Amino acid sequence: MNRSTLDLWVGIFVTVGIGAILFLSLKVGNLLTVSNDQGYRLEAEFDNIGGLKLRAPVKAAGVVVGRVERVKLDPRTYQAVVMMKIDRGYEFSKDTIASILTSGLLGEVYIGLDSGGDAKMLADGDKITKTQSAIVLEKLIGQFMFDRAASAGGTAAGSGNAAPAAATTGGAK
Amino acid sequence: MPASTAAVALRRIGRATLNSVERLGFAARFSVAVLVHSPSALRRLRLTLREIYFSGVLSLVIILVSGLFVGMVLALQGYDVLTRYGANESLGVLVALSLVRELGPVVAGLLFASRAGSAITAEIGLMKTTEQLSAMEMMAVDPLARVVAPRFFGGILSMPLLAALFSTLGIFGAYLVGVRLIGIDAGSFWGNMQAAVDFRYDIVNGIIKSVVFGIAVSLIAVFEGYNARPTAEGVSTATTRTVVASSLSILALDFVLTVFMFRGLGV
Amino acid sequence: MPAATPSVVAPACPTEIAVELTGVSFGYDRKRPVLAGIDMSIPRGKLVAIMGGSGCGKTTILRLIGGQLRPQQGRITVAGQDVAALDRDGLFAMRRKIGMLFQFGALFTDLSVFENVAFPMREHTELPDELIRDLVLMKLNAVGLRGAAQLRPSELSGGMARRVALARAIALDPMLVMYDEPFAGLDPISLGVVGQLIRKLNDALGITSVVVTHDIYESLKIVDYIYFVSEGRIVAQGTPDAVRASSESFVRQFVDGAPDGPVPFHYPARPLDEEFARAG
Repeated sequence: MNRSTLDLWVGIFVTVGIGAILFLSLKVGNLLTVSNDQGYRLEAEFDNIGGLKLRAPVKAAGVVVGRVERVKLDPRTYQAVVMMKIDRGYEFSKDTIASILTSGLLGEVYIGLDSGGDAKMLADGDKITKTQSAIVLEKLIGQFMFDRAASAGGTAAGSGNAAPAAATTGGAK
Repeated sequence: MPASTAAVALRRIGRATLNSVERLGFAARFSVAVLVHSPSALRRLRLTLREIYFSGVLSLVIILVSGLFVGMVLALQGYDVLTRYGANESLGVLVALSLVRELGPVVAGLLFASRAGSAITAEIGLMKTTEQLSAMEMMAVDPLARVVAPRFFGGILSMPLLAALFSTLGIFGAYLVGVRLIGIDAGSFWGNMQAAVDFRYDIVNGIIKSVVFGIAVSLIAVFEGYNARPTAEGVSTATTRTVVASSLSILALDFVLTVFMFRGLGV
Repeated sequence: MPAATPSVVAPACPTEIAVELTGVSFGYDRKRPVLAGIDMSIPRGKLVAIMGGSGCGKTTILRLIGGQLRPQQGRITVAGQDVAALDRDGLFAMRRKIGMLFQFGALFTDLSVFENVAFPMREHTELPDELIRDLVLMKLNAVGLRGAAQLRPSELSGGMARRVALARAIALDPMLVMYDEPFAGLDPISLGVVGQLIRKLNDALGITSVVVTHDIYESLKIVDYIYFVSEGRIVAQGTPDAVRASSESFVRQFVDGAPDGPVPFHYPARPLDEEFARAG
């Protein structure tokens, strides 16, 4: 094993190895697609974040514009405070609505941003005022049962129009 | 009499424990000595390059072939399970995360320990048996600097590269099985994978793991060789010990590292 | 046969007595001392043999002189310096002036013959490659193996490996060379060659040589003085003529190769009748 052959093989090995690392980082991972620290932070408060996890995507019109960085509970208002990092290329108006949505029926939970019509834009550290919490299945069922009970109770005292409406709703269900 | 046999057994256990503790302390002192002599290894670059050849390049075949097969099997088994939940488009995600986070560093580490680790132990042990290390000492050349440190660093430098190659070949094997053989859409295979694998959390952590494993295996291999009893039997015992101790260390360290690295993601 | 090779480091021994051991005791295990109260004095320029049965501590003496082991009692000086009192740097400096030929050679198996002999020069000097090449070839020429420079140790016979190791031992022109069983396992021709090389190099280079061996025949031909070690002590010493004529029982048994004498034939065992007695 003379020197030049050895050097050649070691060189090949190291090059191929580093190539593998690059392949993993770029093709398999998301090294260049997510800009690292070029972002600004926004805050939003929700009654319930449902299954929102750290690093969950923040999407606008279905396009990923940022990630969830931190989730806390405000000890005074008992609201969930979500801090997210938005890529620097995107701007949202001050009256943007932040909603917690699920992609598909059983998919991952993410934050969807709907920009509004306000001329002023959100800056680094601003708080999104309009939010919509996650839909929790139990509360949905509970809400429906409550509505059912309320409209059933109202039929007896209310007008005749309410009864067929309630009956239809009851029949449909 | 049962009482005395119990006493004998206890004494033996006690002595074995003390021996293990003493050995551990000895190993710690040895590790410090190796680290202290590291600058000389970097000066003898040629020697370190040679060791990278012997531990890294000569392990390529087993790493590449194993990586390929592991990836292919992962794809087959993964597809079977994911289909039940209608999630076969996530096959790429499953394979990539398994390999990059765990299987790449761990399996490559285990293979490295059995191929390169045992070779290093045997080589150093044999040099000790044939008095080459003593000869070096008597010629005022420190064997730790000239024989041990280059092998130690050769191993550390080779490991991350081998782990990355293992993962790469595994993903390629999964691609062959998943996209070419089974027929999953190539776009969703790569697209979902890229969306789910994060550079900082997954790939960098995987690289950190492989470096840690490299340090553990190289240290154990070099220690066992240097302290082998200078007989044929002694060298064989040392080689076995290297493989066993390295494998156990890799698995234990993997657990510890995984707990620290991947703990906070489910919040 | 070797002519004097030009000196590389040229440290002639500064003191009259090259190596001195005074009251040296040593044991690998606290309870069993291998050496108990050894006194030796080796003058500069002499070829001295240390002889004794297997396992009597001869190699241990070499290790003590070289500083690989520390005596539990007593003092060892090399060129006037107390070996055990040297710090790491001092020890390394001293070892550069000592050459050692290990049993069976201990050549570095991953290097060629040339590189083996060049090893000490590359490690301890800043000499340019051409100069190293010339020196290595001259050393190999001194032992008659200049043509084997490109062979690997695995391709050498036992005698040739021993000679290459000898060339390596004198690579830096040491003032003291120690030989650990240089005659072990050699054919008669190689025995003669190695013996003559040791003698000629000792005289041509002006070095002091210590040979540990149990080959009485070869030793009597070449050495200036012999020490006999048995059970950790020096039981006899003298010039080859004195040894040949000696009537001391251990020396006689050794020189004549008699199976029984002060070193018994039988390993300690029970009396014969006890061993083979039948009950009743």
